[in-house]
Amino acid sequence: MKTDDLIRTLSAEPPARGMTVAARLALALVPGLAVAALLFAVILGPRDDVATAFGHVRFVLKPIEALALAALAALVLVRLAQPGAGASLLALLAVPAALLLAVAVELVLVPRAQWATLWVGDNWARCLSLIPLLALAPLAAALLALRHGAPTRPALAGAVAGVLAGGLGAALYAIHCTDDSPLFVATWYTLAIAVTAGLGTFLGARLLRW
Amino acid sequence: MSDRDREWAALMRQARGGDRAAYDRLLREIAQAMRPLVRRGLVRHGGNASDTEDVVQDILIAVHLKQHTWDENRPFAPWLSALARYKTIDALRRRGRRAEVPIEDFNDTLAAPPAEDPLAARDVTRSLEKLPERQRAVVRTIAVEGASIAQTAERLRMSEGAVRAALHRGLASLGRNGERTR
Repeated sequence: MKTDDLIRTLSAEPPARGMTVAARLALALVPGLAVAALLFAVILGPRDDVATAFGHVRFVLKPIEALALAALAALVLVRLAQPGAGASLLALLAVPAALLLAVAVELVLVPRAQWATLWVGDNWARCLSLIPLLALAPLAAALLALRHGAPTRPALAGAVAGVLAGGLGAALYAIHCTDDSPLFVATWYTLAIAVTAGLGTFLGARLLRW
Repeated sequence: MSDRDREWAALMRQARGGDRAAYDRLLREIAQAMRPLVRRGLVRHGGNASDTEDVVQDILIAVHLKQHTWDENRPFAPWLSALARYKTIDALRRRGRRAEVPIEDFNDTLAAPPAEDPLAARDVTRSLEKLPERQRAVVRTIAVEGASIAQTAERLRMSEGAVRAALHRGLASLGRNGERTR
């Protein structure tokens, strides 16, 4: 087909406005989150003392940090899906920075003898496996929405989708997990989200090319 | 924002409103503007200048299929440049992969008479032949005979909705063609 013929074909039906990437992402995350929440309710559920736990700063910080990370990742992701929109990853560093601050405060407040116990916690292996598990459905949803977009760096977009999904999975898991020390969260939650980011990178490089 | 950028943004807005003439003009101007850039990009990175038209067509299809990723509040040119750059790199990457063929195979290819016209425009014709019958009929009727959606529907005894759907699907697989066949 000659380029002239192609142009004639394309202009026979000018494109409709269509849904923006942001709208598509929001729409996809609704069922993605619903599946994750259902999975959480069925296999985990909130910890027994959840009602009183909301009165403790260390506990409350966990879902807040995780949701903040997910929200920032979503903003970056929408930009990554639009060619030439100039996405910057710096915004994503805000949450790790806040987490480091919390770690510093914790080290001041807690006697040195307890550091190791708090750091390793009771549930690190569960944390590392359950956060990525809870993140699977949101990750699938985000990747599906991204296929509708036009990410010029597919692997990077996949990685950020992994951070977004990992943040959502971590926010849910935080309600179940009894390890609240920032020492634990900064290590194991971060590693768990890194796992989903790695999975997102792998899938993004394969599924998000267009 | 340059004059041309403003003009293209205006044309795309009109196109989104259903203005076929504006869309036709926009695509022609994009093809014209991209051609020298693509050729230069290909040559500079060790690609083949004869692939230029193929990449230009990839860009046009991508503009069509991904236009919703351009935000009307942003300038048009950076969007188009990023998209065109992606498609050019994509073409180079595909060629690069092909260059990894063992040297023996390459010698065989050289010895044999060329199986196909190296002109890139042929690639898209080939992919047209791979489309399912209905999509191919629709694309061909519109592309070659210049029929409108309504005329195509009448000629092929399909509803206009079905013609639109077949056209969209056909274009989407033309756009993916490079990824799958090369």
